[in-house]
Amino acid sequence: MNELLLTVLTLSVLGAVLAVILYFVAQKFKVYEDPRIDEVEKMLPGANCGGCGFAGCRAMSEALVNRDNIASLNCPVAGGETMKSIAEFLGKAAGAQTPKVATMRCGGTCAKRPKVNTYNGPKSCAVVNSFYIGDTGCAYGCIGYGDCVAACKFDALKLNPETGLVEVDADKCTACGACVKACPKALIELRKKWPKNRAIYVACRSKNRGAVVAKVCKAGCIGCGKCAKACQFEAITIDSYLAYIDPDKCKLCRKCVNECPTGAIHIENMERLPKEPKVVAPKAEVKVETAKNE
Amino acid sequence: MRTFPIGGIHPHDNKEWSKDKAIERLELPDQVAITMIQHIGAPSTPLVQKGDKVLTGQLIGQAVGFVSANIHSPISGTVTAVDGYANGQGQRRLMVVIKREGDEWVEGIDRSAEHKRECTLSSEEIIAKVKEAGIVGLGGAQFPTHVKLSIPDGMKAEVLIINGVECEPYLTSDYRNMLERAEELLTGVEILMRAVNVERAVIGVENNKPDAIAHLREVIARDNYRGIEVMPLKMRYPQGGEKQLIAAVTGRQVPPPPALPISVGAVVCNVSTTIAVYEAVQKNKPLIERVVTVTGKELKSTHNFLARFGTPVSTLLDIAGLPEGDNKLLNGGPMMGRCIVDLTAPLIKGCSGITVLSGKDAVRGQELSCIKCAKCVEACPMGLEPYLLSKLGKMQKWDAAEEHNAADCIECGCCSYTCPSYLPLVDYIRLAKQTVAANIRARAAANKK
Repeated sequence: MNELLLTVLTLSVLGAVLAVILYFVAQKFKVYEDPRIDEVEKMLPGANCGGCGFAGCRAMSEALVNRDNIASLNCPVAGGETMKSIAEFLGKAAGAQTPKVATMRCGGTCAKRPKVNTYNGPKSCAVVNSFYIGDTGCAYGCIGYGDCVAACKFDALKLNPETGLVEVDADKCTACGACVKACPKALIELRKKWPKNRAIYVACRSKNRGAVVAKVCKAGCIGCGKCAKACQFEAITIDSYLAYIDPDKCKLCRKCVNECPTGAIHIENMERLPKEPKVVAPKAEVKVETAKNE
Repeated sequence: MRTFPIGGIHPHDNKEWSKDKAIERLELPDQVAITMIQHIGAPSTPLVQKGDKVLTGQLIGQAVGFVSANIHSPISGTVTAVDGYANGQGQRRLMVVIKREGDEWVEGIDRSAEHKRECTLSSEEIIAKVKEAGIVGLGGAQFPTHVKLSIPDGMKAEVLIINGVECEPYLTSDYRNMLERAEELLTGVEILMRAVNVERAVIGVENNKPDAIAHLREVIARDNYRGIEVMPLKMRYPQGGEKQLIAAVTGRQVPPPPALPISVGAVVCNVSTTIAVYEAVQKNKPLIERVVTVTGKELKSTHNFLARFGTPVSTLLDIAGLPEGDNKLLNGGPMMGRCIVDLTAPLIKGCSGITVLSGKDAVRGQELSCIKCAKCVEACPMGLEPYLLSKLGKMQKWDAAEEHNAADCIECGCCSYTCPSYLPLVDYIRLAKQTVAANIRARAAANKK
């Protein structure tokens, strides 16, 4: 009986003494952490995707709490509303953020961009890109092994086996930018997200001459410049035989879409403008002046 | 018989297809496209414009920076375009396209067949001539030769090693050069010995080329070449790798990068490169042509062509006669060759051969799981762990790949060759190596700022 008592007593006293020591040690080495960091972290979506540029949601909330000016910080997953409420909670000013969406800019489907060689190496876009251009003739187009799909944490990208191209589900896409980094051909761009997921963009990245593009892909931009002429808002620029629509200037008027001879300008969730019957401009009569008069 | 100490494999050399074909001079092409990047380093600046007339041997691409090489026109004619065109891998590169008119050469180039042995130039003069001629390593790496020959301060070359190993299966261009142009080769060796100031030179040749070894020895004895020794090496791939060859010949190991072979006192030069040095120094002839093997089991005929750079690959293959059906075309041999997907692509300085694999040879095996047999570790001549590096590359763990020395990989392909599960090991390691190298460069650039 005595032994039992002794054991219990010893352990109890030991526990009490250690508890006291631990208490003082904890007081001595206490690291102060702003309790708001935890609060802010709870408000963030917790996807840890890195889309904000920080290592994860925790690092982002630390930055939000510790920095004075948080206007440049944005969680693309949570969106503007959440950022506003976080800013309100912290008593800081939120920056104006335009929602964005990943856009895959290649229209070279299997039908329009035929395969010219057989590749039987590892199915990875990065590996293919490390030694050659891929199994189609286009050096700029989608390789189609889905490195971006693997990088997406939100299941927003899908490889369509029929077209051989990657498709973006705009509702699921959070614009974290993981796919942008994963694509070795830099095909994916984060573009302004319009209501109802409307979009107009040039689905081609080929900087080759028009003749070269036309040889390898029937859906490529040949740099003819018709779209740039049709655009009233100066949103379209042509650089190295490639048109680019500036999402900040574009007003979704759709005039360029009908102009494109190859269909490289894609529109989404919108109808095309009705095709106007082509008005054949009467040929101006040119008077041929000869040098005889002189 | 000597060889390198670790790793290596022994594939069938497949040289019988083209080894008895004498070097034949290819007819001048009607049109050539000259890539402005035919060396490691920055692309050269084109010196000509559309419409310019050029002569054979005229400088058309000026080297930019130290590790870069001049590029000369291989034919005479008119420049029809300076623009981006597809190279063998389909990638767009800046090229100068020249349409041939006759065959007029720049003055001062000695085109006679006469063999000029005597050379009284100093080391600096030789290196300047090599630099002017735009000579790069013709074994495939395309490293500018004048950089190799310029010994850094505080270091001293002890031995010149001439790489006549040609360990890559199928290729026979160096072999034919050793047999048919031994005098030029040996004079080139003498010139290189002057350039790097050494008394001893070793020509390393694998023992699957006994007639080349015998022929070189005979010429050395007959013409009294001093200090040059022919060393037969036990056949083993990748003996032609610079570090492996140094280890085989001298027994010394080159420390990991950024150390260069000169840190163990060795300068290595390929056989074809040595002949190019001879022509540049003794004949003032810039690097405008090379011997290229066109080979394959099912080709209608195999050849060793002496062809001008810029000749379309299709011209060579038309003569050889491609077999019907799908073929795998390689710029180089089956182990390290790069695929050719665009037949309009021009012949470049680093192309020692075009190998055509057909049928079963062209297809990879079905990829299975790693069975942890460690055959790849045993085969790696750099002492790396290929199974691990490839996995790190696949998982994109670039920092870990760097820690495990992905940058040391020489891309010889021994690991993939030995893998019983047909894992694409070297593919992922190459990716990791490229990314790691880019990261290291980015860090160095950031540190400079």
